[in-house]
Amino acid sequence: MSDEKYVFRPERKRFLAITAIIGVVLVVIGILTTSSGGGHAEEEHSLVNAMSESLLASVEKDVALVAESTEGEGHGSETWLKRLFANLWMNNVYFTGLAIIGLCFVAIQYAASAGWSAGLKRIPLSMASWLPIAFVLMIVVWLVGNHDIFHWTHTDLYAAEGGDEILKGKQAFFYWPLEGTSGMPVFFVIRMVVFFGLWYLFFTWIKREMLAEDLDGKTSHWFKLRKLSAIFLVIFAVSSSVSAWDWVMSIDPHWFSTMFGWYVFASWWVSGLALITYSVARLKERGYLSVINANHLHDLGKFVFAFSIFWTYIWFSQFLLIYYANIPEETVYFVERMTTAPYSWVFYVNLLMNFALPFLLFMTRDSKRHISMLKLVCPLVLIGHWFDFYMMVNPGIMQENGGIGFMEIGMTLVYGSAFVYIMLNSLSKMPLVAKNHPMLQESLHHHI
Amino acid sequence: MEADKNFILGVYEEEDVLLKAVKTVRDSGVKIYEVFTPYPVHTLEEVLGYRRTRLPIAAFFFGMTGTLLALTMQIGMMGLDWPMIIGGKDFFSIPPFIPVTFELTVLLAALGMVGTFMIVSDLKPYKKPRIFDIRITDDKLVMAVDLAKNKMSREEIAKVLEETGASEVNDKNFD
Repeated sequence: MSDEKYVFRPERKRFLAITAIIGVVLVVIGILTTSSGGGHAEEEHSLVNAMSESLLASVEKDVALVAESTEGEGHGSETWLKRLFANLWMNNVYFTGLAIIGLCFVAIQYAASAGWSAGLKRIPLSMASWLPIAFVLMIVVWLVGNHDIFHWTHTDLYAAEGGDEILKGKQAFFYWPLEGTSGMPVFFVIRMVVFFGLWYLFFTWIKREMLAEDLDGKTSHWFKLRKLSAIFLVIFAVSSSVSAWDWVMSIDPHWFSTMFGWYVFASWWVSGLALITYSVARLKERGYLSVINANHLHDLGKFVFAFSIFWTYIWFSQFLLIYYANIPEETVYFVERMTTAPYSWVFYVNLLMNFALPFLLFMTRDSKRHISMLKLVCPLVLIGHWFDFYMMVNPGIMQENGGIGFMEIGMTLVYGSAFVYIMLNSLSKMPLVAKNHPMLQESLHHHI
Repeated sequence: MEADKNFILGVYEEEDVLLKAVKTVRDSGVKIYEVFTPYPVHTLEEVLGYRRTRLPIAAFFFGMTGTLLALTMQIGMMGLDWPMIIGGKDFFSIPPFIPVTFELTVLLAALGMVGTFMIVSDLKPYKKPRIFDIRITDDKLVMAVDLAKNKMSREEIAKVLEETGASEVNDKNFD
């Protein structure tokens, strides 16, 4: 087995840099258009408020407080700044997910003693290199924009008189051991730091063992990796759920869903799988990865197909229960997204791109074995789940003032090209194939 | 000669020999009826030139039947025949219909596939199995050639089988 290495060519770097610059330009255009043409931005009685109020009108006093507090959200920054923070935050969450799913995929392969994937684990591993940058971006954006992104960070909500009763009940989850009036969400920040710390720690450990195996070829590395992976998966099972509540669900702090941890994980997982599949297909197309054949691509395609359906299952389970129970404080989440002008189309596009298209396009065996089809469907799924995270994050922050425009596209181009740069840079610094992996032979003969 | 009655069997000991033999036998113009092995032999179906199963296509149509049946049933019952107000929902409300639709799709696809598979592979419950050679359940690999389907004589086929490394060449007649 030769030492195959990915070459990160200068023209590729230049392409990514140009994409990022275009992204920055689009963001600036987006800021200018949003801040100047803000005529409709601060409409008083908007559709959402009208609808949520009429829904809430019949409910008792506990819930009436919800209406008060949503009306009180007028304070805060300019629309363009809020929208900028919303974009930064949703891309933080989305790309953090792609990175951590890379590590999760590697860990699952080791924990399950999987042989088929022995030749392609370096690609998901390189995705996780984004983690430290993701942490810095997340903590910085949180420190700068927390009042605009998270309604619950406003201290006046926790005042003894006239505060928000629902949030008072939830304050320990954010502020423990302090009180909400202190304005220091200690527990929340600790969780963010600890999760990223643990993820990065396991990333470095797993990467170190994987690369050490290349040099001395001892099987002991594999056994150690299996143990590390099993521990990581337990930690990730808890931390992925809690981070979903922290970073996404708490944007709509009066609303909650017990499925939300799964929902975010499902979305992260399938977009991560789509990125892995797409990268493997592209590398194969460029003549790398001689150890990979159509059978491996088929398995990866099946992963994307199956987990697109899994995501739909989770999405629908959450939707159906809320739809059927018809409790106003739950239903308002979907009223905001399904029937409000800037988001209504995204809601349906989300379902189309993340369920209908991958389901139909990836149904046949041949479609999963051909690079051209993988190259079509995987980006669709990636963009589709970008829409999904957009729907989770932005409507809660922007209410009816949001939308998808230059700023959204530009910010995603900036994040995307930075992510791909870090990923490919890290990939070019290690051997592309684990030549001493104990299951490489099994992977070479993988046949389905 | 009547088809599906008179067979000549080549008994092989080794997987590799068998795979090579199948190729040689087919190249020499003999049509193979079936190869029996005690365990799955990889690439055997490729050497035998079998086409991939079209079962998934059948599954798709069985599934579609289930989807349409479920939707028709629910819209007919809940929306047209006996409209009932449940939880203040519309009579034609799609979300609550989805779980039933999903279940019926899966059920019909699964049952249809099993049924199709059993018919296609001749696994009818009342069928009496034909044992070509009892040792195929133990350690022998057996290639069966239907004499009626081949233009060559029994002797010529026996010679081909022996030349490709068959340890025994036997006759098997079913009446």
